[in-house]
Amino acid sequence: MKLITVAGPPSSGKTSVILKLIEMMQSRGAGRIGVVKFDCLTSFDQIRYREAGVPVEIGFSGKVCPDHFFISNIENAVRWGVSSGFDMLITESAGLCNRCCPHIREIPAVCVIDNLSGINTPRKIGPMLKFADYVVITKGDIVSQAEREVFKFNVRQVNTRARIMFMNGITGQGAFTLARHLTGAPEVTTLSDMRLRFTTPASVCSYCTGETRIGDEFQNGMMKKMQFTAVPANGSPE
Amino acid sequence: MIDYYDLAENTSLTELLRQYPIARDFLENLNPGELDQSLPLPDALESGDQAWLEELGTDVDGILEDFAEFLETFSRPEERIADIGSITITGGRDKNGTPEEQTITVHRGEVLSIVGPTGSGKSRLLADIECIAQGDTPTGRSILIDGIAPDEDERFELEGRLVAQLSQNMNFVMDLSVDEFLQMHARSRMSEDPAGIAARCFACASDLAGEKFTIDTRVTQLSGGQSRALMIADTAFMSSSPIVLIDEIENAGIDRRQAISLLTSRDKIVFMSTHDPLLALSADRRIVIRNGGIHKVIDVTEQERKSLQYIEKLDAAMMTVRNLLRQGEQITEDCFQDMGILGEIE
Repeated sequence: MKLITVAGPPSSGKTSVILKLIEMMQSRGAGRIGVVKFDCLTSFDQIRYREAGVPVEIGFSGKVCPDHFFISNIENAVRWGVSSGFDMLITESAGLCNRCCPHIREIPAVCVIDNLSGINTPRKIGPMLKFADYVVITKGDIVSQAEREVFKFNVRQVNTRARIMFMNGITGQGAFTLARHLTGAPEVTTLSDMRLRFTTPASVCSYCTGETRIGDEFQNGMMKKMQFTAVPANGSPE
Repeated sequence: MIDYYDLAENTSLTELLRQYPIARDFLENLNPGELDQSLPLPDALESGDQAWLEELGTDVDGILEDFAEFLETFSRPEERIADIGSITITGGRDKNGTPEEQTITVHRGEVLSIVGPTGSGKSRLLADIECIAQGDTPTGRSILIDGIAPDEDERFELEGRLVAQLSQNMNFVMDLSVDEFLQMHARSRMSEDPAGIAARCFACASDLAGEKFTIDTRVTQLSGGQSRALMIADTAFMSSSPIVLIDEIENAGIDRRQAISLLTSRDKIVFMSTHDPLLALSADRRIVIRNGGIHKVIDVTEQERKSLQYIEKLDAAMMTVRNLLRQGEQITEDCFQDMGILGEIE
């Protein structure tokens, strides 16, 4: 079975991209393709997958860091895919913070990001974009050519190696190119001994275990503090 | 061949930033806080906050490697795409499997219109060009570059970069002035004179637009016509794509033919998907799409060009009426009498 990881900010068009990709790959003889959706609190995407006849499992991270949730469930996801007889399994990760990076070494990694999300967004997203093999830019059909080019340039700044492509999640234009590249994904039967491309966000502190009170005396474990510069009564800080 | 790793390891940041202004973006993306710019990057990092480095999940050497790769990526010339002289569309079939009879070769500076009913396959033709189809798309078409089928590496490098697109649905979403916008695009194209090219581009856009605007106007506040004019001028001057696809700019409120000639004067191959006779007959050839395939290719003949004058007359009349409306005048039969077309209609 081939495995592909897809991640991206909320509402960037991941599900539409994956559905168009599946349609395109299946028309080219890719066989059975299943999806595991990792989300945070709730999701409606499983309905869209089922409507399209795509087998889907969905998991909610709830109070757990979504990246930790992903890595602790991905192996079982692969087992599910193999035992279901899939030729390809695609994981879709949403509900991520900018520090998340649900990508695995040697497994093709796709980051979906939309052209409406602000010109500097690629520079802010971090490892999920930086460590992707393919960056798919959506919603480019409603912005100017100049903005598409500048956006792509900003993606290139963060990830000098990725294939960057534009895709229209509604018409599917661009799906062919992505499908062509992903068809060559390596076969896997297990992820044992494989590694993440980047460390997960970490925090082991009192708030991880249910603390809600504010104040120094309630803060135990690994904490990180901001530095604030004093502002003089009249004037600007140094 | 420059060894960027060596360069980044041994050149002070001040000097490096002078030679490669884009390096500033790398440092901003990295967000390391204050760095001593008189030092090369690795030394500057080592004298800085080590906890920050650890948090980044990398080390000085990892950052140095990224930095070298960054410099190399943005110093790479775009020779191949600038060298493309022609593309050839060949070997396709329509939805019934009937082979397309004509092979079409288009050179820089040529204008082709694409006509056909909605859903006939115009987008598919463009998609084939964009992904440099090699008989592997539903139409079976192959796209040759300068008469030769590109090998896998070349296709990999060029796909998605050949076509710049412009359509009625496109808007500006950034909140910048025209000047800032154009300069930003110029910088992303590694221009050495962003201000100069922005000024030239603006002059051109202003020329194309029916209603004038200033270089300080916010791009989001431009009218439909002004936006279209700016997009066309920007594409002409700054896009690296050799092909420009214009999709339905019929009522854009700009001088459409001047827009096309601007693009061809910048050596673009122009495809126009249009139902506007004025535009279609101004092209060198037109591709007729039917049932998913190229049905035929018509050379615009002298005879057709002659009929342009009638279309122009009608078009000018419509323009006059629009202007009258805009100026708050009433539209009466007299207007048409004045233009000398009343009798022709009756």
